[in-house]
Amino acid sequence: MTQHTVLTQADITRALTRISHEILESNHGPANLVILGIPTRGVILARRIAETIRRIEPGATDVRVGSLDVTLYRDDLAHGRTRTPAQTLVPGRIDGATVVLVDDVLYSGRTIRAALDALGDHGRPRIVRLAVLVDRGHRELPIRADFVGKNLPSSADERINLHLTETDGDEFVAIEGGRAV
Amino acid sequence: MSNEPHLSDSGLSSGVPYLIRGATLPDGTRSDVLLTGGRVAELGHGLSHAGATVIDADGLQALPGLVDLHTHLREPGADQSETVLTGSQAAARGGFTSVFAMANTSPTQDTAGVVEQVLALGERAGYVTVQPIGAVTKGLGGTQLAELGAMATSRARVRVFSDDGLCVSDPLLMRRALEYVKAFDGVIAQHSQEPRLTEKAQMNEGALSGELGLIGWPAVAEEAIIARDVLLAEHVGSRLHVCHLSTAGSVDVIRWAKARGINVTAEVTPHHLLLTEDLVVGYDARFKVNPPLRRREDVEALRAALADGTIDIVATDHAPHPIESKDCEWDAAANGMVGLESALSVVQAAVVDTGQLAWADVARVLSATPARIGRISGQGQPIVVGAPAELTLIDPAARRVFGRADLSGLSANSPYLDMALPGRVIATFHRGTATVLDGVLRDATEVARLNGVLHG
Amino acid sequence: MSSNNMRHLLSTKDLSRDAAINLLDVAEDMADVATREVKKLPTLRGKTVVNLFFEDSTRTRISFEAAAKRLSADVINFSAKGSSVSKGESLKDTAQTLAEIGADGVVIRHPASGAPAVLASSGWIDAGIINAGDGTHEHPTQALLDAFTIRRRLHGSASRGKSLDGVTVAIVGDILHSRVARSNLWLLNTLGAEVTFVSPPTLVPADVSGWPAKFGFDLDAAIDAQPEVVMMLRIQAERMSAAFFPSSREYSRAWGLTDARFARLSPASIVMHPGPMNRGLEISSAAADSARSTVREQVANGVSVRMATLYLLLSGDRENA
Ligand SMILES: [Zn+2]
Repeated sequence: MTQHTVLTQADITRALTRISHEILESNHGPANLVILGIPTRGVILARRIAETIRRIEPGATDVRVGSLDVTLYRDDLAHGRTRTPAQTLVPGRIDGATVVLVDDVLYSGRTIRAALDALGDHGRPRIVRLAVLVDRGHRELPIRADFVGKNLPSSADERINLHLTETDGDEFVAIEGGRAV
Repeated sequence: MSNEPHLSDSGLSSGVPYLIRGATLPDGTRSDVLLTGGRVAELGHGLSHAGATVIDADGLQALPGLVDLHTHLREPGADQSETVLTGSQAAARGGFTSVFAMANTSPTQDTAGVVEQVLALGERAGYVTVQPIGAVTKGLGGTQLAELGAMATSRARVRVFSDDGLCVSDPLLMRRALEYVKAFDGVIAQHSQEPRLTEKAQMNEGALSGELGLIGWPAVAEEAIIARDVLLAEHVGSRLHVCHLSTAGSVDVIRWAKARGINVTAEVTPHHLLLTEDLVVGYDARFKVNPPLRRREDVEALRAALADGTIDIVATDHAPHPIESKDCEWDAAANGMVGLESALSVVQAAVVDTGQLAWADVARVLSATPARIGRISGQGQPIVVGAPAELTLIDPAARRVFGRADLSGLSANSPYLDMALPGRVIATFHRGTATVLDGVLRDATEVARLNGVLHG
Repeated sequence: MSSNNMRHLLSTKDLSRDAAINLLDVAEDMADVATREVKKLPTLRGKTVVNLFFEDSTRTRISFEAAAKRLSADVINFSAKGSSVSKGESLKDTAQTLAEIGADGVVIRHPASGAPAVLASSGWIDAGIINAGDGTHEHPTQALLDAFTIRRRLHGSASRGKSLDGVTVAIVGDILHSRVARSNLWLLNTLGAEVTFVSPPTLVPADVSGWPAKFGFDLDAAIDAQPEVVMMLRIQAERMSAAFFPSSREYSRAWGLTDARFARLSPASIVMHPGPMNRGLEISSAAADSARSTVREQVANGVSVRMATLYLLLSGDRENA
């Protein structure tokens, strides 16, 4: 199976830095920001984004970061294997906050639909934004990302492999398989 | 006196003669067997007989017709589970030519009238000799002796008395019963179960009952009654038969009693020779039986005791139940298993194929001795010239997965369904007539007609 | 993980260590839901859970009902008391009725040991079966909530993924008739805890040589051993008339957690009771109401553990289970 790398570790770091800047810009600063990653890799990306924001804005020590598991909100629970939920850690109240949801790959949009439902059960944010490292298209729901690391138009029979140091030991984004061009 | 008062040589001669070629007799020799006139007419090689139906018995084992000292036929009272006719058919299918019908019917077989009714039903069916057992106590109530003498002198000539299903637990009543039946050479067949020690009991008491949360039926509840009863039998000089022994400790008690010269005989069921309590794990009520399935050690002790003669006979305790009595939670399920059709296969698996019993021993424990204990004539006799034509032919080399089609009774509560078992009954002859031929049960009207001819 | 796919929960004996810890971890997630603004999840929307109770137990039924409702399942309570069941309708007929109603999960409480196993293996109904207490056999969700409670007391918010390795637990009382004792035995052992049973000799099953536990008759000796957890079992008065012990006074004196015995326990120890309690008989009020007692959190934790059980049983393809 052929695999070719589309983002290296340095590319990923650059993309996250850019996203962090964009978040700050759209939010007019770090005030009232809550960064919530969707397990598993979204949580790692959320932490990195939060760290980057704190670095960019030394006064932004109160940027809150956490995790929002969507397993129990999925629309396909009746099918396939039973999924083990991951922990949800919402840092404090989110009423009136600007919540940035962070996921690794945006694909059908169903995970984000579930995340919006889950978020609603925790409170009522003023604004919800979406940041993803990779947007590979093929949306099945009217959902789009506000901050995108890399648009990666792909065919449905291709696989996106996204590795992060914390979970995989190495770090890259690669496309695997699909019809040879 | 014979229990076949209607048999006459002139009537018998009108039956079809059978020439069985090359059967193996219980002693291991091979012989042709000619059945005619209701008797074993001739033994030897190269026999011929004009008009005889010839059966190729090459590789088949001949046994005297099997006698079951412990059958529940359910009629009168529960004919949705079994009738005398269907139970007789199940018996014939299993190679039996006689069954002793337990007394726990409804009404109870505790009067001359009821035992004569059961006797007559058996005669009408014609598949086997149905010998009624009489209740020891009125209505199996355990408080008042039934009319033992009246049953003994009735046309049913009852010699075996039992409250089976229940234990005659009152020691005074048991003593009196043992004493009373001496008058007509009767025997008390005891269901040995101390009632207080087995209240609501569900399975063998031991490690598994504790784990499964089922109330235990301790071995001591059986052994204590057997010990008491053998001492009572010794004290009053009477005859005791112990039904369905199930524990190693019971074997020890019987062995001790016999060594002491006490007139006691003991019985074991096929299921207690083969199955163990582990089968209860899934709470499948087909394995619920009383006394319960015991441990592997008990099974081994029972097999050894049967082999060394401590246990005298195998009896089925054939206990039919309707589906709804087993298709339910364990506690609510009825005790009992059907066993007539599978008995010989199970005995073969448990003690013949293991080398503990020869076929001559099987003839002893499943025919000669039960007939002797039950004082029934015309049954359990060796295959010799002049003996009644009560005969079973089996194919010991057969292997089959036991299934519903192997059951001829009304009920299907067999623990052996879907189990691979050795041996198969090929033919059963009762009063010279084939009740089973080529493994197939003969038609009821045909059997009844032949029986009518015999009675004519 | 395929090990997550449970088809039924009939006994703790057949729960693997991984599956047990996973279930307790999911229960942690479920417990978190109770702290949120909206205490409900859409997870089992469209699923039907039947509480089939052949024995009165309002506590257990309410706990399962709350669990199912928090997961948005539809709940049908089927109490056998006063229904056709008490008029002779069989378990089979009841099961087939529930199958027609479209039950996805059946929570069954039954006085006969093994009734849930019969329901699960009968083919009468194709639903996930949860044993909510069968006779004197098992009560798996009680043991799971007990383990969950112990784990939370010992590890607090860091409980996820933890076992109970080396935790010493004394279980005191009527072992013979207790389904709670059996379920706890297997589960605590699977999770690595060391179980000691203390009871009158008449209330121990006939042969416990195969049980992975220590046995004793002397509660004072067991208390001197300073167990981390003391679990008192409910003693039923009718056992007295069946000659298991002479009088409730004598029972209490020998096997009750009296004030004096309670005082000798380590301050760090945990006192548990599955409820309902006989105050003054197997447990003193001071012990039951102390800060060391987990009686009330056991109730709350029961809902979380039952949510986890329902989720794990009723999601995913049942064919893959
Ligand atoms: Zn019996």
